[in-house]
This record gives sequence, C-alpha cells and structure tokens, in this order.
Amino acid sequence: MAPTVDGEARVRASWPVRGIRGSGLNLARWRPGVALSFAFIAVLILAALWPHLFSSTDPNAADIQHTLEAPSAQHWFGTDQNGRDIFARLVTGARLSLLIGLAASVLALVGGSLIGVLAAQGGRLVNTVVNRLLDIFLSIPGLLLVLLLIAVLGPGVRNAIIGLAVITTPGYARVVRGEVIRIRGAVHLEAARALGWSRPQVVVRHLVPNALGPVLVLATIGVGAAIGTGSSLSFLGLGPQAPTAEWGAMLSSSRAYFTVAWWPAIFPGLAITFTVLAITVAGQFLQLRVEGRTRS
Amino acid sequence: MTVIPAAGTRNRSGLRAASARVPAAALLRRAGAAVVVLWGAVTITFAALHLIPGGIVDAIIGQSRVSPEIRAQIVKDYALDKPLYVQYAEYFGHLLRGDLGHSYNQGVPVATAIGQQAGSTFALLLGGIGFALVAAVVVAVATANRPRWIRGTAATAEIVSVAVPSFWLGILLLTVFSFQLHWFPAIGAGGLSGLVLPAIALGLAPAAMLSQVLRQGLERVLDEPFITTARARGVRSAGVLLRHALRHAVMPVITLTGWLIGAFVSGAVVIESVFSRQGLGQMTVAAIAQRDFPLVSAIVLISALVYVVVNFVVDAVYPLLDPRLRRPEAAAPRERSE
Repeated sequence: MAPTVDGEARVRASWPVRGIRGSGLNLARWRPGVALSFAFIAVLILAALWPHLFSSTDPNAADIQHTLEAPSAQHWFGTDQNGRDIFARLVTGARLSLLIGLAASVLALVGGSLIGVLAAQGGRLVNTVVNRLLDIFLSIPGLLLVLLLIAVLGPGVRNAIIGLAVITTPGYARVVRGEVIRIRGAVHLEAARALGWSRPQVVVRHLVPNALGPVLVLATIGVGAAIGTGSSLSFLGLGPQAPTAEWGAMLSSSRAYFTVAWWPAIFPGLAITFTVLAITVAGQFLQLRVEGRTRS
Repeated sequence: MTVIPAAGTRNRSGLRAASARVPAAALLRRAGAAVVVLWGAVTITFAALHLIPGGIVDAIIGQSRVSPEIRAQIVKDYALDKPLYVQYAEYFGHLLRGDLGHSYNQGVPVATAIGQQAGSTFALLLGGIGFALVAAVVVAVATANRPRWIRGTAATAEIVSVAVPSFWLGILLLTVFSFQLHWFPAIGAGGLSGLVLPAIALGLAPAAMLSQVLRQGLERVLDEPFITTARARGVRSAGVLLRHALRHAVMPVITLTGWLIGAFVSGAVVIESVFSRQGLGQMTVAAIAQRDFPLVSAIVLISALVYVVVNFVVDAVYPLLDPRLRRPEAAAPRERSE
C-alpha cells in the first residue's frame, strides 16, 4: 500500500495503544476481580520468594501426636496424615507451582517464537514443513504426550517442565507465525519505513512490541494453564516426588483420608483454583489492554 | 473414500461445478495431511522408544521378567539386530497390520489389553461430552442477551469452572454426593449411576469453555439482520434462538473440536484415577509406573488416530453445515484464522 499523508498520524495512533509502555494501567478501570487477581498473584510471588514471611513452620516436620487435626489457631489449615502443617506446606508449594508454570511457559515461549519466526520468514517449504510438524504434535492430547515423555525420561520436576513446554510450544509457534505475517505488511510499518525510519527503529518500535504483545499475554494465561496441568501430573504421581510439598501431590495423598478429614483436600484444591483463576483473569485483562480495546 | 460422493451431493445441490470440485480437492489434501500427521505420531513413538535410556529390549519388556527365548523373539520381531531403517519399517509394518505389540507386564497383546479397558473409557468420554454439550447449550441459550448481571454471573461461573482442577472437583463431588448424601456410589463403581459424577467432573471445564463461545456466537448472531427479519415475521424469542441463531452460533464451536478431543482424553486419564475407574487412563498411568512402553505408545497412537479421524470428519462436514464455506476461497475454515 502506498504511504499516505496520514501515515505519521497512523504511526502515532497505533503504537501507544499496543505498546506495553503506552498501555497505561488505569486503576479507575479495574474491576474488583482484576484487582483481587493481581493482589493474589503478588502474594503468590512473595510466598514463592520468601516463604518465611507467611509461615515459619517447617513444612516437612512430621508430628505423629497431631495427625489430621482440624484447622485451629495453631494450624490454620489443619494438619495432614503425618501431622505436617498444611498451611506451611501450601506456602512452600507456591514456589514449585510458580516455577513449573513459569519455566514451562518461558521455554515454550522461546521455542515457539523461534519456530514461529522461522515458519513465517523461511519461505513456503519451511512454512509447510513446520506447520505439519506442529500438526503432528497437536494431534496427541497434551497430557498423553507428557505421559509419553515421562515414560522416556522418568518422573520428576525437570521432566514435567520439559513435557509441559513441549505440549505448549506449538500454540505459541502458531501465534507468533500469524503475528509476524500480519504485522509484516501492516500499514503503519510501511508508513514508518516511508517516513525514513531506519530498519532497527522499525523493528524495535513496531515489529517487536506488536508481535510480542499478544504472545506475552498468551504466555501469561499459559502460566496458569501450565500450573493446572502440572498439578494434575503431580496428582498422578509423575511430578515432584514425596515428601516435596506440592499442591497436586498434597491433594493426591489426601484422598486416602477424605472421608474423615476434609481440610487436606480442600485447601490445596483452593490454592490451585485461585492461582489458575487469578492468572487467567489477569491475563485476560492484559489481553484486552494489549488489543487496545476495553469493554465499556 | 467419501470424497467423491460428497462432491456429487454438492453438485446436485445446484452449486457451480467449479466451486463444487474445490471441496473435494480440499478434502483430498486434508486426507493427505491426516496421513502425514499419523505417520509423524508413529515416528514420535518410534523415536521415544529409542530415546529411552538402557537397552531397547529392556524398554519393551519393562519391569517384567522374561526368558532369554522371549528376548530373542523381541529382537527378531522388532528387527533390533538390523539397521535402524529396517527397524523403522518393521515397526511401521506391525502397526499397519494392526499389531500394536505385546505388553509383557500384563502378559497379553496390547490390543487385547486396550480392548478390555476401552469400553469403560468410552462410556466416560461419552458421558462427559454429553454433559458438556447439554450444559453448554442450556447455559448459553438461557443467558445470551440477558441483563448484565445474568451474563456476568454466568461468565464468572465459567471462568471459575475452567480454573477448577478436574481432579479436585472429582474429590469434592465424591465427598458431597457419595459420602455425605449417598446419592451416587463411591469409588470404583460401575454402571450408569457410577458414571454421573465422573462425567460431570470431566465435562465441567469443557462445558464452561463451550458455553462462553456459544453465548458470544449467539449474541453476535442476534444482531444480524436476518434475526430481525425472523422477529418481524412473528417468530417468538425462543424460536429465534433455537431455530435461527443456534445453528450459526455452533460454527465457532466446531473449530474447537481438536482442542476438545485433547481436553477430554487428557481429562479422562485424570478422572479415572480420581474415581479409581477401570479404563485406558488408569492403565496408561500404571503402564508408566511399570515402564510398559508398548502399552503407552499404543495409547498415544490411538488417541492421535481418533484426533485425526474426528478432525477430518469435522472438516468434511463443516461446509455442509455452513453453505458460505463452500466457496473455493473459504474451503479451509481452520486456516483462515491463521
């Protein structure tokens, strides 16, 4: 498309909305659910970094005298079958859950971006081959592909992260490929070039923020999904091994006792639900921002 | 193959011959792509077998003890003493003949082991999918274009339903409806009443996802002029929704088929474990613990096959449901969004 007189206006109009910098988090527009979600994520991050801020109890200290005790002032969320403090184990488990979710998402984001750019820029043949490869990986249900990988690599945190990254990479690759193709021919890029912007300037100020924004937002939501799937791996006994305090594993071991004690099953489940929920809501909020439209 | 009759039907429906031929070509291309995907899945499991640390024979027999004769037999069956490409061809040949291998841990052919468990898993999948579809349509129709607070409540419930881990939901349902209220049998029960709680636990998250998409679709369609026309003709509100709008709103749902298959199959693995139900999922998890590789890879291949076949059928049916997609430039609905 030929550059037009309003090219500069378009260039100006397009990037403040889309760029992370220009999105200007407007507190007045926050709905309570969004604010709560961000607050919960902040608490999670604090708990992951400094668990001692929330609990000074040793999460692995067994106490045979006080097994399966109901929630009390001393043990806020009660104790489990080994007399361990459930609250302390939840706080400790935050680090592992966030680590699994973040590490898997970062791996998938980097891998997916490289594959996506390759597919978009590599010509017709590369594009077709990459697309077919992605189709192949997408044809195997996510959890089963992770199970196959674990059958090969063995259970554990590292292999769970690798498995989660492998099953989420094709999604990011597809989005990055689409974004690069879409943005490559966008009017404001042509306009910027026509206005004499240098190539690095165009790449840094337009291509990168425009292509990365939607993908980063997707990755935010992806962290929540990865935490959810990761916890189901632990639940199946294929993630972190005992006695590690992990939410899914705690839920799994609570099953033997839930006819007599509800608290070992309730609190880890709430922790997973709130975490996935908060990250999803926050991610969707960012998505609306990056896309430059907010609901009235 | 169904390609030719399908094209014929479209010819008879009065479309131009040129545009009618294109879906057949597109279908053929998709069949080719489906074969490529299946071949890829087979290659993945072959590669996985060879990536397992330790000897391949050990990977195949897992934790079971076998005689040297059987070891020799495995080497012969898988052509392990031959070059890699012969092993690959042999592996492929077995699969093409429908031979999924032998589970040495269970002492039976993999196909037999799967056949014994498939019924239970199939019932669970059917129950979960049925629940999800019915719940999604009911919620979406009941809440589309309603006052803000109704839609808001539904939207919130949907986001929460997607976030709740299915295994926790299963435990909660068991605690309340089996152990407290005794409405449904507890863990390990078969029969129809034993299917209710697992089906709900499996179907809730997909149901929430579907009803979100359906409601958005309904609300978009209800703004269309033809809805106003229908209303002007005196069609009542419920009739407009069910007869005119729903058919259009279902379209975006169909593009989610692939995602749904993955969600349900993955979910079934977890749900079977929660409810201690017999089935392929339980068997797979146990197979990993016992390092029973032939069983795990067969399950992976079968789910890939299901995915490919269902997607192919959906692609073939899609243009029949939406006449607008029969135009040549729109023959491949899934790729338009990319």
